[in-house]
Amino acid sequence: MTATAMSVPGAPARTRFFADSAVLTGRSLRHILRSPDTIITTAIMPVAFMLLFVFVLGGAIDAGSDSYVRYQLPGILLITVASGISYTAYRLFLDMQSGIFERFQSMPIARSSVLWAHVLTSLVANLVSLVIVVGVALLIGFRSGAGVLAWLAVAGIMVLFTLALTWLAVIPGLTAKSVEGASAFSYPLIFLPLVSSAFVPTDSMPGPVRWFAEVQPVTPIVNTLRALLEERPVGGDIWIALAWVLGILVASILGTTAAYRRRIA
Amino acid sequence: MNAAPAVPAIRVADIRKSFQDLEVLRGVDLEVARGSVFALLGSNGAGKTTLIRILSTLLRADGGTAEIDGHDVATDSAEVRAAISLTGQFAAVDGQLSGRENLVLIARLRHQRDPGAIADALLARFDLTEAAGRKVATYSGGMRRRLDIAMSLIGSPSVVFLDEPTTGLDPQSRLEVWATVRGLADGGTTVLLTTQTLDEAEHLADRIAILHEGRILVEGALDELQRVLPVAEPVHVAQQPSLEDVFLALVGDQRSSKETAA
Ligand SMILES: Nc1ncnc2c1ncn2[C@@H]1O[C@H](COP(=O)(O)OP(=O)(O)OP(=O)(O)O)[C@@H](O)[C@H]1O
Ligand SMILES: [Mg+2]
Repeated sequence: MTATAMSVPGAPARTRFFADSAVLTGRSLRHILRSPDTIITTAIMPVAFMLLFVFVLGGAIDAGSDSYVRYQLPGILLITVASGISYTAYRLFLDMQSGIFERFQSMPIARSSVLWAHVLTSLVANLVSLVIVVGVALLIGFRSGAGVLAWLAVAGIMVLFTLALTWLAVIPGLTAKSVEGASAFSYPLIFLPLVSSAFVPTDSMPGPVRWFAEVQPVTPIVNTLRALLEERPVGGDIWIALAWVLGILVASILGTTAAYRRRIA
Repeated sequence: MNAAPAVPAIRVADIRKSFQDLEVLRGVDLEVARGSVFALLGSNGAGKTTLIRILSTLLRADGGTAEIDGHDVATDSAEVRAAISLTGQFAAVDGQLSGRENLVLIARLRHQRDPGAIADALLARFDLTEAAGRKVATYSGGMRRRLDIAMSLIGSPSVVFLDEPTTGLDPQSRLEVWATVRGLADGGTTVLLTTQTLDEAEHLADRIAILHEGRILVEGALDELQRVLPVAEPVHVAQQPSLEDVFLALVGDQRSSKETAA
């Protein structure tokens, strides 16, 4: 028999959680490095939207802003994340299908680290896509005088937003019966920014549409990001935005726990 | 180990499991002695995989208890997972990674000291050294299965579950897996395997159980099972009944048993 060394005895659960999550995150990051097209496809759609809005529709939109590229960028960033997280659901679904998820679950590792690895990978992949999209925005004339703090706030909100939507994506990843089912849930998420303050001011919309645009979560998030980029005070929007994002995050983690319990019941 | 030698490696008592209206396990009892090879037989859909999933903490039973090395699968699942290793019915490998990367991954998750060396030794042992650097997605079915089994041996688990380990393997690979299973048992590892090929159970298992309609129908060593069928039919002049004869006599042809039940 092969001399398999003894396992490190009694590593505390917490260190094990971090060590296992790191190993598993390394694994799924490697998947992405081997198919970088997933990051590029993630970035292509929002970039196309951005070019469409800025060069085709932008001239006809009266947004009351001195720079339409800057005006619409927050919405494009949210669309980037909404399309990026469908890959998380897809990768998790493949793990469920191939049985490797169950293999991990039958091993002496922190069980939640398997999901955390997918979440952290999603965070990294989405941040890379976001950097690409901002890079293209800079090329087509996006400029902002926002300071370091404002940019940190933008980054913080995007990280929270990505985490919240990623945990939401974990639910179809765990429960879907087909690849299409695993990724289809993100379509409405991509659509939401179109019916918000992201591309046109909400007061240009007819009654019921305007009502929807103003109560849905994208509008306060977009308004907050836009205020930060335009060097204006964020006002009360930031609290509504944070409440939405944290609410989605908590609800998604609860939903994930329930979906997971149902699987092993 | 810390458990007293009298404690069986696997003890299953009155395990029940239903999926909606489908009663799959209706009170399964069995014990597997440490260091032995135990074969679980049963028709398609008998519940073999379901039982293995319960024993490897992937599924909760509706009733009854199951213990591995004295640890309850429901309440001490972390201890159970530390003791076991599962090779499921379908190869659970990462197709995007190479064979070597798959092994290193598992070795690191099992906190082994030298994952690279462990991977190389297993690649050599399972005849995968040449394909070690290739993406597993390009492997043949048999190669995946061998990698799958190799992954399950990392970390020297004391109880190994093999759900149809040789399905889809060529005769030579099958013999290699048989040798591996024997080697594991000789080294003190307990092996619970399921199989569809009865000669596999005949050759490999110390004890054999037949799972039928949710219960263990018979359990014993091969010669004990052969005694269940008193006399071989006249056609098989002076021949011991094969395990296949025993199996078919007990379980019956599915179609004819349904007719008699009606
Ligand atoms: N998650 C599930 N939901 C509903 N039914 C299930 C589930 N898992 C298994 N079953 C059903 O339980 C029964 C037993 O399945 P199981 O996979 O345990 O059989 P098996 O003995 O391993 O069969 P095979 O020899 O074909 O692998 C089957 O009828 C199967 O359809
Ligand atoms: Mg099965």
